[in-house]
Amino acid sequence: MIGSGANAGEAESQGESFDLLITGVGGQGAILASDIIGKAAVIAGLPIRAAETHGMAQRGGSVVNHIRIGAELGSMIPEKGADLMLALEPMEAIRYLDFLKDGGVVIVNTELVVPVTVSSGQASYPEVSKILEALSEKYTVKAFNADELAAEAGNRLAMNVVMVGAVSSYLPISKEVLLESVKALVPPKTVEVNVKAFELGREKVQES
Amino acid sequence: MTTREYMLGNVAIARGLLEGGLQVASGYPGTPSSEIIDTLAARKDRDYYIEWSVNEKVAMEVAVGAAWAGVRSVVTMKHVGLNVAADPFMTLAYAGTKGGLIAIVADDPSCHSSQNEQDTRRYAQFALVPCFDPSTPQEAKDMIPYAFEFSEKFEMPVIFRPTTRISHGKSDIELGDIPTEKAPANFEKLLDRWVMLPKNARPRHTHVLSIQQDMEDALAEAPWNSLELEPGAKFGVIGAGIASVYAKEALEELGIEASFLKIGAYPVPKKLIKELLETVDAVLVFEELEPVVEEQVKMIAQDAGLPVTVFGKTNGFVSREGELNIGSFLKALGKVFELPEEPESESESEFEAAGAGAEALALAPRPPSLCAGCSHRATFYAMKKVFGKDAVYPSDIGCYTLGIQSGTVETTLCMGSSISVGSGLYHAGEKRPICCSIGDSTFFHTGMNSLLNAIYNKADITVTILDNRITGMTGHQPNPGMGFTATGEPTVEVSLAELCKAMGAGFVTVADPYDLEEIQEAFKAAKEFKGTAVVIAKQPCVIVAKRAGVRRVPYAVDPEKCEGCKQCVKFGCPAIEFDEEKKVAVITALCSGCGVCAQICKFDAIGEVKK
Repeated sequence: MIGSGANAGEAESQGESFDLLITGVGGQGAILASDIIGKAAVIAGLPIRAAETHGMAQRGGSVVNHIRIGAELGSMIPEKGADLMLALEPMEAIRYLDFLKDGGVVIVNTELVVPVTVSSGQASYPEVSKILEALSEKYTVKAFNADELAAEAGNRLAMNVVMVGAVSSYLPISKEVLLESVKALVPPKTVEVNVKAFELGREKVQES
Repeated sequence: MTTREYMLGNVAIARGLLEGGLQVASGYPGTPSSEIIDTLAARKDRDYYIEWSVNEKVAMEVAVGAAWAGVRSVVTMKHVGLNVAADPFMTLAYAGTKGGLIAIVADDPSCHSSQNEQDTRRYAQFALVPCFDPSTPQEAKDMIPYAFEFSEKFEMPVIFRPTTRISHGKSDIELGDIPTEKAPANFEKLLDRWVMLPKNARPRHTHVLSIQQDMEDALAEAPWNSLELEPGAKFGVIGAGIASVYAKEALEELGIEASFLKIGAYPVPKKLIKELLETVDAVLVFEELEPVVEEQVKMIAQDAGLPVTVFGKTNGFVSREGELNIGSFLKALGKVFELPEEPESESESEFEAAGAGAEALALAPRPPSLCAGCSHRATFYAMKKVFGKDAVYPSDIGCYTLGIQSGTVETTLCMGSSISVGSGLYHAGEKRPICCSIGDSTFFHTGMNSLLNAIYNKADITVTILDNRITGMTGHQPNPGMGFTATGEPTVEVSLAELCKAMGAGFVTVADPYDLEEIQEAFKAAKEFKGTAVVIAKQPCVIVAKRAGVRRVPYAVDPEKCEGCKQCVKFGCPAIEFDEEKKVAVITALCSGCGVCAQICKFDAIGEVKK
C-alpha cells in the first residue's frame, strides 16, 4: 500500500447544486415529475443530470429517479447525498433512505399503493403513522395526501404535479419557470388542472 | 447561439445519429437500447431507412448490407443481442465496411432488466474492433458523428457501448447541426472483401491486425481519451466510460491531487497509459464490469519495466460485479490509502432500510408484476389448472417471465430457448408433461428455429405462444405478426398458426385467454396430443388495447355473495385486494374489465359494474 499521503481538502460547496430523489411506484408518473424539473433547469440555464428506472420496474414495481440540478458529471446521487426526497408513496420513502443526507427533507404523499405481495397476503404493509414517525426521527418530514389534493384540482392523475408543486419552493429554480415547464409537458387539455395541482402542492408545503 | 435540450440518453444518441448523417437503421428491441430506434422511427421528416428487424443477427446483416453499399448505417441491440449477432459480427471485422457502420450495444451492469451482465468491451477486444464507451449522454451524442467518420476512415465497423445509466440517464444536451448531403448507395463488387472464402479471410485477418496500432494512435488523439497529469502527483486514477465521472466527482469533492486518465475509446491508448505510469507510484483503475483496461495497464507496466502498483478488480479493490458509483470509488480509495472503514450499516439490499427508527420497519417487497388485465396471467392460470403441479414449465424472455409468480416459469435462459430447453428435457427422459411459454415477438426472434427443431425431432411437448400482438416488455414495438412496420406502414400480417402448421406442427389451436373455458380446453387437447402441440393464446396487451381505445366495463365484488374464499385474490391481479375487516374481496379502480376473476369465482359474486 502507498500510505495516506493524499491531500483531502474541504468539500466544495457548489452554488446552485441540489440533489433530489423521487421515489414511488411504476405508473405513478415519477418520470413526468422529473422531466418537469429537468426541463425547468434547462430553461433556467442550469446544468442537469438525471437517472431513471425504465423496463422491468415499470410494471408496478418500486422506482427511484435521481435528479441533480447544477451537476456537470454523473447522474447518480451518492449515498447520503440527496438534499431532499420526494416520495410519491409512503413505503417507497423508507426504501431509498440510504440516499438522503442526515437532516434532509422528506416530502411524502400519504396515499398507499398496495403491492401485490401485500394484497396476496405474502407480506404486510407497515402502518403509515409508524413510517412518518420513523422518518421524523432523523429528517424534516412534510406529509399530506397528494392524491386528494389532485382530486381537488380536478384529476387524481395530477398527483405527480401536486408533488412537483410541493417540492418547488426548495428548488433553485423559480416558480414561474417550473410552471412554464409544467405547461409544456402535460397534455394540452389538462394544463389548467395541472397548474392548480402545482399551486395546491406548493401551498400545502409552505403552510405546514 | 447554441441550443440546449433536456434529453434521455438514448434520445441524445438518436440525435447523434442524425447529426452523423445516418442513412440506414436496424435493430431488435432490448432494454436499455430500445428508445434509439423508437425515437428515429417516430420522426416525421425521415431521410433514412429504419426497421425493427426480427432478431439481432438479421439486424446486423441489414446494417452490413447498407455499409457495403457505401452508406452510413447503425444497428442497435442490448448486450446479449450481440451474442445472437456474433456470427456476422466476428467475420465483419475481417471484411470491413465502406460506409460507416456503428453497432450500438447497450450494456446493463447490475442486470436491471437482463439475464446477465456481460461486458461488450470484451467483444470489441475479441473481434479486434474499436469500441466507444461514453461517460455522459452529451459525450454519447458527440461521439456518434466521430464514430461514423472513424469507421469510414479505417473501413472498420465500430462498437458503441452505452450502459443503462447513459441510455436511461437524462441531461441537458447541446445540439449540433444535421447534415443534408449524404452519399448515394453504390455497391462495389470487391469480392476479395465481401466473399469470406478462406483465401480471402486469411489476408483480411492480417490486415485487421495491421491496422490496430493506427486505430489506437488515432484514438489516443481523440477527445474521448484524455490525460491530465497533476504536477508532482505520485498517485493516478484511470477511469473508463461512466465510471470515470464517478471517480472525477469523488476526487473533486475530496480535493485529492491525483493524475487522471479518462478512457472513452478502445483499443486503449497505450501511449497515454505509459505516460501516466512513468510519473506515478500507484494507479487505481476504475471501470465497470470486466478488468479490460486494468489488464492492459498491467501489461504495459510490465513491458515497460515500470514499478507501479496497479489497484483494481484483480486484487479486490473494485468489484467485478454490478454498477459502480461514487461510493464504490471512495471505498476503493479508502482501501488504497488504508483509511479505517466507516462503521456504516452494510445495507446491500434495496429492501433494507436506513435511518434509526426506519430500520425497524419491515418493508413489503414491491416486485414488478403483470398488469391488471394482462392476458398472460389468465393463460398461466389455465395452464396451471390443466397441467398441474406435476409438470415442467420452460419459459422465455419477456413480460411473461413475471409469470414466475404464477408457478409456470421454471426455466429462462435466453431468447427462444423455452422450446429447445423443453425438447432437451423431453429427450433426456423427463416423464412429466412439458409445457413451454414464449411471447409472439420472442417466437419470431429465435423461437421459430426451436419449434422447427422440436417438430422435426419429435419432441412430445406443448408450446404456448403468448400472442399479445406486440413486443411488450421493451416498450411496445411492432413485430411481423402485427401487420405494420416500425414506422407504422402497413405490411403483411404473418399468421402464427399458419407458420406453425407450415413447419409441420400436427396440433395448432388458437384460444382467447380471457375465456377460461376455451383456453383450458385448448390446453387439455394439447396435453393429450402425441407430438409437438402449439397453443396460441391470443389477446392484445392490455396497455396497447387501452391506448387503442378499447374500453371494457370494470368488475366489482358483490359483498353479499362473497364468501371470502380468496380464490380471486390468489389469481394475483393487482386490481384485487382483500378487506380483512369485512372478510370480502374488493376490486379497485385498476380493473381493466378482462372478466377472468368473474369466471374464477365459485359464488357468482363478481360481475360487471352496473351503470
